[in-house]
Amino acid sequence: MKDDARNTRHIPDRLDSPVRAAVLSWPSLLLAVAIGLFILNSLASPYFLSPWSLSDATFNFTEKAIIALAMALLIISGEIDLSVASIIALASTMMGLALQFGVDTPGLVAIGIATGLACGAFNGLLVTRLGLPSIVVTIGTMSFFRGISFIVLGDQAFKGYPPSFAFFGQGYVWWVVSFEFALFLVFACAYYVLLHRTSFGRWIFVIGNNQIAARFSGVRVERVKFILFCLTGLMSGIASVLLTSRLASTRPSIAMGWELEVVTMVVLGGVNILGGAGSIQGVVLAAFIMGLVTFGLGLLNVPGIVMSIFIGALLIVVIALPIVVGRIRGRSAG
Amino acid sequence: MTRVLRTREFWLGVIVVAMIVGTNLRSPGFGAPGNVLGIFNNTSILMILALGQMAVILTRSIDLSMASNLALSGMIVAMINAAHPELPVPVLMALAALIGLGLGMFNGALVWRLGIPAIVVTLGTLTIFRGLIFLIAGGKWVNADEMSPDFIQYTRIVVLGMPLLSWYAIVIAVGFFLLMTRTSLGRSLYAIGVNPTASVYAGIDVGRTKFIAFCISGALAGFCGYLWVSRYVIGSVEVANGYELTIVASCVIGGISIAGGVGSVVGALLGASFLGVINSALPVINISPFWQMAISGAAIILAVILNARGEKRGGRLILRQTEPAK
Repeated sequence: MKDDARNTRHIPDRLDSPVRAAVLSWPSLLLAVAIGLFILNSLASPYFLSPWSLSDATFNFTEKAIIALAMALLIISGEIDLSVASIIALASTMMGLALQFGVDTPGLVAIGIATGLACGAFNGLLVTRLGLPSIVVTIGTMSFFRGISFIVLGDQAFKGYPPSFAFFGQGYVWWVVSFEFALFLVFACAYYVLLHRTSFGRWIFVIGNNQIAARFSGVRVERVKFILFCLTGLMSGIASVLLTSRLASTRPSIAMGWELEVVTMVVLGGVNILGGAGSIQGVVLAAFIMGLVTFGLGLLNVPGIVMSIFIGALLIVVIALPIVVGRIRGRSAG
Repeated sequence: MTRVLRTREFWLGVIVVAMIVGTNLRSPGFGAPGNVLGIFNNTSILMILALGQMAVILTRSIDLSMASNLALSGMIVAMINAAHPELPVPVLMALAALIGLGLGMFNGALVWRLGIPAIVVTLGTLTIFRGLIFLIAGGKWVNADEMSPDFIQYTRIVVLGMPLLSWYAIVIAVGFFLLMTRTSLGRSLYAIGVNPTASVYAGIDVGRTKFIAFCISGALAGFCGYLWVSRYVIGSVEVANGYELTIVASCVIGGISIAGGVGSVVGALLGASFLGVINSALPVINISPFWQMAISGAAIILAVILNARGEKRGGRLILRQTEPAK
């Protein structure tokens, strides 16, 4: 009868006035939340409004946000990748392994990124070639990839990365702007253009809304999805380089549990978990919101595990609110 | 006979037995009845959890919050036990199941009343439940010496050659089998997964049945909360951290289709046994336990590939409410 989310899904290319649409859109709501959090934070703690502490705050979320950009595209297309955190672990392990053979910084970066890409391609092949459901495939590869790290490392750790490698996770490009954060901004722009300004981006929406129609319209569904899995793997590889460089060590438990945080970020950003709708602006704002929440609460000495309650509640409330409001509105109108 | 040969449960059973026999060749004694019963006892909790997860997956949903639910319910009863050791343990067991039921109802209500996808709801409650443990306990642990002897013994008392823990799993498995094959609720769970639209025409309240599925998974997770805390004699924030995916993995290996409507109680039990046997076999044949994660990952991938070959190929996509192919 009510096939729930499917009927209530909003189609992104709406026809009413662009101004009205922009004001009422999900990203504007998120922007309001972000500004509110920013003001709250600066009132709550005198240490918040300093360029350096704000800069430090960005380290909390940039690596996850970089993955979230690609994950957003994947989820819009109706798939999901739960193995991203394990790809980080595997890529980091491969870099550590290469380090033992005396590979220097450029080689390490190349190996990290290539491992990520290879993992993404592996996921993509399983999903598109064999027609398997991505949620199960990536639950499998999630164990598999991190499992390889555990086999290689056991309870050991790789350390001793060269000083020049530290730049990626610890360096600054200009004043308080870290390399990580600058890279995130560049990627955000690139993904915005890819999703919202190219025909490839339109294909992603078409596939997410109606895969069969997409196929009849000549969209090469499998190929697009394969590319999206590769992109997600690639971004995870890049995130792995950043994180490994920031921590200056590799343990098999690196980035444990990040997959759920990345998905939370994407869903919070207004991407429909069932596919077909979403925007990069939303995901970027959601990344900032999650960063602000964790950093603000951190300044107030709230432990990390309690913050996770806020994040979880935020996720549910933010999704439930429009549904409840819409229902109340519908009731009073009808 | 040929019908039995064609089921995937049969072949999964063969694989599990073959693994036990194979390990026995390398290390005699592994296949001894006592040891096999020990493995079964160690896998009991996972089996119960896999059954709960199965009820939810059949309806095309997923419950990622089971491990957190388990940890929260277990922590609460452990703290009550530490504070009031005079309370009889069966009361605490019932209480654990009730707490779990409440948490499951919360998940189910959000899915039923608000129509939020189950994966989103339980992703949220996964972190919320675990965070609550920290808030309730103030970051403290409940250790063995704080628990009453009864509290620890109620999973260990040997009845007819098996510890009570194993018996709980057997009773629940039998109950579940009857529920799934002999009651209209069980059949409704399958019907919803196979074809939600047709189920509505058949007079099934789809939303309410999904809600009940979440209640089942919640109550079982809560009950396992007691079992876990009693079995491993520790209550902490870290209990069963990340276990939610192991539970899903058991179901997937057991042939329960993530697209809903396909799967059996025996399959879920065998899926859990598969992981349990691997767990026990690795150290015995001198493979570092660090291999376990990669092996279960590979097993999941293999299981999905085999599942897909069994089902008809078609437009079935996870996370989409498309019509099933058959």
